[in-house]
Amino acid sequence: MADLTSDFLGIKSPNPFWLASAPPTDKEYNVRRAFEAGWGGVVWKTLGMEGPPVVNVNGPRYGAIWGADRRLLGLNNIELITDRPLEVNLEEMARVKADYPDRALIASIMVPCEEAAWKAILPRVAETGADGIELNFGCPHGMSERGMGSAVGQVPEYIEMVTRWCKQYYDKPVIVKLTPNITDIRKPAAAARNGGADAVSLINTINSITAVDLDQMCPQPTIDGKGSHGGYCGPAVKPIALSMVSEIARAQATHGLPISGIGGVTTWRDAAEFMALGCGNVQVCTAAMTYGFKIVQEMISGLSQWMDEKGYTSTSDFVGMAVPNVTDWQYLNLNHITKARIDQDACIKCGRCYAACEDTSHQAITMSPERVFEVQDDECVACNLCVNVCPVEDCITMETLAPGMVDERTGKVVEEDYANWTTHPNNPMASAAE
Amino acid sequence: MTSKLTDGITAGRLPGEVIGANFADLHPAYDAHEALVAADRCYFCHDAPCMTACPTSIDIPLFIRQIATGTEEAAAKTILEQNILGGMCARVCPTETLCEEVCVREVAEGKPVEIGRLQRFATDSLMAAGVHPFERAETTGKSVAVVGAGPAGLSCAHRLAMLGHDVVIFEARAKSGGLNEFGIAAYKSTDDFAQAEVDWLLKIGGIEIRHGQRLGSEISLQGLGEDFDAVFLGMGLAGVNALGLDEKDGVSAAVDFIAELRQAEDLAALPVGRRVVVVGGGMTAVDAGVQAKLLGAEEVTIVYRRGKEAMAASEFEQDLAAQKGVRIIHNATPVGVEGNGSLSGVRFAYTETQDGKLVTLDEGFTLAADQLFQAIGQKIDGVPDDLSVEGGKITVSATGATSKAGVWAGGDCASGGDDLTVTAVAEGRDAAMDIHARLTGAAG
Repeated sequence: MADLTSDFLGIKSPNPFWLASAPPTDKEYNVRRAFEAGWGGVVWKTLGMEGPPVVNVNGPRYGAIWGADRRLLGLNNIELITDRPLEVNLEEMARVKADYPDRALIASIMVPCEEAAWKAILPRVAETGADGIELNFGCPHGMSERGMGSAVGQVPEYIEMVTRWCKQYYDKPVIVKLTPNITDIRKPAAAARNGGADAVSLINTINSITAVDLDQMCPQPTIDGKGSHGGYCGPAVKPIALSMVSEIARAQATHGLPISGIGGVTTWRDAAEFMALGCGNVQVCTAAMTYGFKIVQEMISGLSQWMDEKGYTSTSDFVGMAVPNVTDWQYLNLNHITKARIDQDACIKCGRCYAACEDTSHQAITMSPERVFEVQDDECVACNLCVNVCPVEDCITMETLAPGMVDERTGKVVEEDYANWTTHPNNPMASAAE
Repeated sequence: MTSKLTDGITAGRLPGEVIGANFADLHPAYDAHEALVAADRCYFCHDAPCMTACPTSIDIPLFIRQIATGTEEAAAKTILEQNILGGMCARVCPTETLCEEVCVREVAEGKPVEIGRLQRFATDSLMAAGVHPFERAETTGKSVAVVGAGPAGLSCAHRLAMLGHDVVIFEARAKSGGLNEFGIAAYKSTDDFAQAEVDWLLKIGGIEIRHGQRLGSEISLQGLGEDFDAVFLGMGLAGVNALGLDEKDGVSAAVDFIAELRQAEDLAALPVGRRVVVVGGGMTAVDAGVQAKLLGAEEVTIVYRRGKEAMAASEFEQDLAAQKGVRIIHNATPVGVEGNGSLSGVRFAYTETQDGKLVTLDEGFTLAADQLFQAIGQKIDGVPDDLSVEGGKITVSATGATSKAGVWAGGDCASGGDDLTVTAVAEGRDAAMDIHARLTGAAG
């Protein structure tokens, strides 16, 4: 069995699966249960400054999007940071860390953008024995209205400034958690690095309204007839998170900066994908909130089995392996020609490929009176829509035309050489290949 | 005390609560979440095979999508626009040989989208809301006589009424519904659904039903032709084919047993034999055999003269019979009955198909029996002389027109079709459209 031991910023944990700062990590009771269930680490629910804690709404804090059979696909929340006294959280953290020295315990922090506030809380966090801190610059609801959370994460200068304070007043690793509610994720990541951050973690939740109550005419979740945008997470946000992770992983300014991947990680495969795009570990929340802490067992066994099959002995073997293959559109090989192929034996004759292609694409699939569906190579642009809408996996596949073959759509012979948009004759900016 | 083992035809073979459970809904209704999950399995096929297979051409992918999006009453309207008896058809259609047989998921996985149960979910929802989703057009001043308040007649009458014609249905029996009321196994139509459906259908308005009016007795085709602008015949097949065996107590028609059972106030009071033999190979044979077993008959045997593949009862029905403990013997035909006054046994000879012809062999067997149901088909009971007939049924065109101007026919009494409720509904509907076209001069 592959060794899943994770070393992230020098913080050791028995596996790369951490629970993200969120309701599951709000108190000792939950965190002990999480560690007993097998989680490698925990980012404690965000601590605020000393004094009367924040309060939460007393109506629904969550809203959801469901798929078939009410499978939860997306979750939205309007919960704030911990609403328990700072002292209580710190005491519990210290106890838990002492009892579980092999697990990672990170303190998430959100205090006002003032040096004094950070200077005050950091030593107290250090006393708990926590392995590091995560700066919550991500929460997009409630706290952001008070100039914290995503309000900081949306201003790279603030990120850099606060990160610098933290590095000044705290000795252990500093992770900066980024908000996705921004145009270019590379900017806050670079700011974090400039401030001395040891790593970034992303994504925090995305501004969202999950639904509108059409009787009350107000957003959900609804509090006394009104609704406020929340933060969206769960399987639905994974593609957005993967893209943002990849941007940071391959940008010159942030390349090599350790990343803790967050955003819809539900299975071992999701985790492997985040790690392939450069994440040293992953953080999980919605999956645990949906199914309970036990899901980590599937993640551990699945990742381990896959690593064995691939011959990876350590997670560091494959972290970042997919990063070199993330590129800009302009560098994609325009001489790579594929055509859809329908496996007639696997086809169940539902006709979805036909409807999709005929109505919304390139009229490249024909339908016979016997419901036989066939690809017309002279029309097929290989868009892949038929593959995506086909209910049978691998029934429709894309076949690559070998060099020398003729693309019946263009009448041109497939060339062996790589050629992209930058040199294409239709590109007014094209530069001739030297 | 009567038990399973009591000889003869007697009531109370099983405790009332066991009989109650035996005759519970064969396909219980979905709850709302089950319906959503079932609906989600539909692929919304292009030019869907299920829709083509449906005799009434219901837009099945559309109504299932309407269920999936929480608008089951709209789904019901999609169904009922094509098939006003969509509620009953959801219960009795042999979906395994129609829509569900060609469902791409049946082809791919052997597990079709459960179209029948989804249809029931939609139509039940609408009927439970007490909604009738159609409105009558402005009256045309034309009147149409419909003979028979069964599926064909009701379907025809509803469509005509909706189009603004005044309709009078003449029904021989004291109750409406035809085979829906008298001819379907009780576990397929529980809670008096057939009558509830008729009541709901009549909400369209413009339809009067007169009971106790049998063609050839109280009414005549000629008389109807004089009193109405058009006539639709949908009286079904009231005659029963007989086996030609000696008369004995305990020998009767399966359709009468089924009708009696459906009308029984208390099934525990309904007599049934200890050893029951049913002769026939169709749905009626299975309905009679299974219900005899559920009433507590110790042994029930269906005997069919041809092979399994030739049985008109669907594969599902045959499996249902087997599951309920009914034995099916193929390739045997009755040659005589035994018993002194009351039936005590039925003699059978084996059969074989030789050169495409069914031949009775010398060898045979005898089944002990105190009750024999004949289920070898029904026939039309009295065709007005001036109508042309083919294969024992009234000859009709594709739209139900008979050989006589102004007279249409549909359902089991008319040629073509396959004696299904859903086919009768389609024929009644299509005849109504043709009648409407003729009466309003809209015919092309």
